[in-house]
Amino acid sequence: MAADMAADEAQRAVEAVFRIERSRLIGRLARMVRDLDLAEELAQDALLVALARWPESGVPDNPLAWLTTVARRGALDRLRRDRMQARKHDTIAREAASEDDRSIEEIEAAMDDELGDELLGLIFAACHPIVSPDARAALTLRLVGGLTTDEIARAFLASEPTIAQRIVRAKRTIAAAGLAFEVPRGAARQARLASVLQVVYLIFNEGYSATAGEDLTRPSLCAEAQRLGRILAAFLPQESEVHGLLALVEIQASRLAARTNADGALIPLTEQNRARWDRHLIGRGLAALARAEALGGCEGPYALQAALAACHARAKHVEETDWARIAGLYDRLQAVMPSPVVALNRAIAHGMAFGPEVGLRLIEAIAPSPALRDYAPLPAARGDALFRLGRHAEARCAFEAAASLTRNTREKAFLLARAAACA
Amino acid sequence: MRVVVFVKATEDSEAGMMPSSDLLEAMGRYNEELVNAGIMVGGDGLKPSSQAKRIAFDGPSRTVIDGPFAETRELVAGYWLWEVRDMDEAIAWAKRCPNPMPGPSELEIRPVYELADFGEAVTEEGAAIHGRVADRLAGA
Repeated sequence: MAADMAADEAQRAVEAVFRIERSRLIGRLARMVRDLDLAEELAQDALLVALARWPESGVPDNPLAWLTTVARRGALDRLRRDRMQARKHDTIAREAASEDDRSIEEIEAAMDDELGDELLGLIFAACHPIVSPDARAALTLRLVGGLTTDEIARAFLASEPTIAQRIVRAKRTIAAAGLAFEVPRGAARQARLASVLQVVYLIFNEGYSATAGEDLTRPSLCAEAQRLGRILAAFLPQESEVHGLLALVEIQASRLAARTNADGALIPLTEQNRARWDRHLIGRGLAALARAEALGGCEGPYALQAALAACHARAKHVEETDWARIAGLYDRLQAVMPSPVVALNRAIAHGMAFGPEVGLRLIEAIAPSPALRDYAPLPAARGDALFRLGRHAEARCAFEAAASLTRNTREKAFLLARAAACA
Repeated sequence: MRVVVFVKATEDSEAGMMPSSDLLEAMGRYNEELVNAGIMVGGDGLKPSSQAKRIAFDGPSRTVIDGPFAETRELVAGYWLWEVRDMDEAIAWAKRCPNPMPGPSELEIRPVYELADFGEAVTEEGAAIHGRVADRLAGA
């Protein structure tokens, strides 16, 4: 029994080390074999070797170098055994010729010369614009976050085969394009970085839009996105929008515990118990925002959204909210990232800052937008403006219309309660 | 989850012995790894307890006690604040820390309480006070 428990503990310790190294290992192997499937398999095989050896030998000083060496050997073995396709053959055979007879120490020494940006290269590959948008997040979570296909499927409320299929297709696309898993430089980086940031924010929102308690995988997506943001900020410290995005997710995450009640019902920002906001995350978010702004990124879409989130974070009571500043920030956001949803939020902010009639006028102006036709927050905002104007009968109709448009049962209940309060 | 990792004091750290340049360099590389992995969100080294004060409470009385303090093994010489997925991950990262002291030494990993953990004991007023305090700490 005791021996079993010790063995179990040893296995968990090895797996914990492997989880730390897994993404960088896959990044290195992908550069070597230019094939994500093969890289993942080689990494998995290396884990099996580590599980067999480390409990007795101890964890090596440089586990990543050790695992890379084992995986590289595995790749060479496979090469000899299977006679892989000519392209892969060429890539590895060149290295094989020169390295086969070198000692492990020499190979480990060579590993130390790695650029150290393999993780970043892997993130850029998973978020590459050639990969279909719905597959980028899944692939990133799989390769960088180390989530299983099942975990990703539950997080995205999709079936496991659907997610598996997405990942398979994405890997094929990347292999067919012959990506080198390098970090793009110069002008190419900006376009690629935009896609990376979008994926991180999408992962965050998948977690954030979930209601608490039902499935813990979803809130943990927020943590994955925050970690990705921190990694990006560490590797790309000069990119203001990276800090802007990090600021945005840290500040939004600070409200996770406050935005649902004990029954899991969503609590709107203005009603939240601000004492439950995570001040540590707010502090980190504000620091990241300051870095984004110091780098000249004040007008970046993520920095502006972070600045908006910061306005709420700084207000200790809802009455202290600086709506005029928020309205001004939405004006600027509308200029750099125009969208019907931003326009609606801008209208709401102007209504809060300058009175419900101003808000209502702006809401009516954008109401014909086709993108907002079935968008519950639009009639909900109209209802709120009408209610504040004392036009209760019209407000009630608007809240009921909003309730009929939302598919979220908790939100529906909230809107129906507001309609009932108009009586 | 958020954890604080304490570097426990030793006789050397209490004597104010500064780390060697080798150790400083190794620790710098280790910290860089932690940051690159998105794990480390804060940390500092602490001066010896000879520069510390304690405030002892007993009912209404408060007594200031000057350092140094005797129970070296219970003292702290530094700390990190980490965001990790679970305790296993924290342990794996802690194990690869270079020995922070010239002799035998210890790290201690402590999960951080969040306000939610206090449950019913927190009234809205109590929580609001905690929030205000934390605000000032965060510079919000």
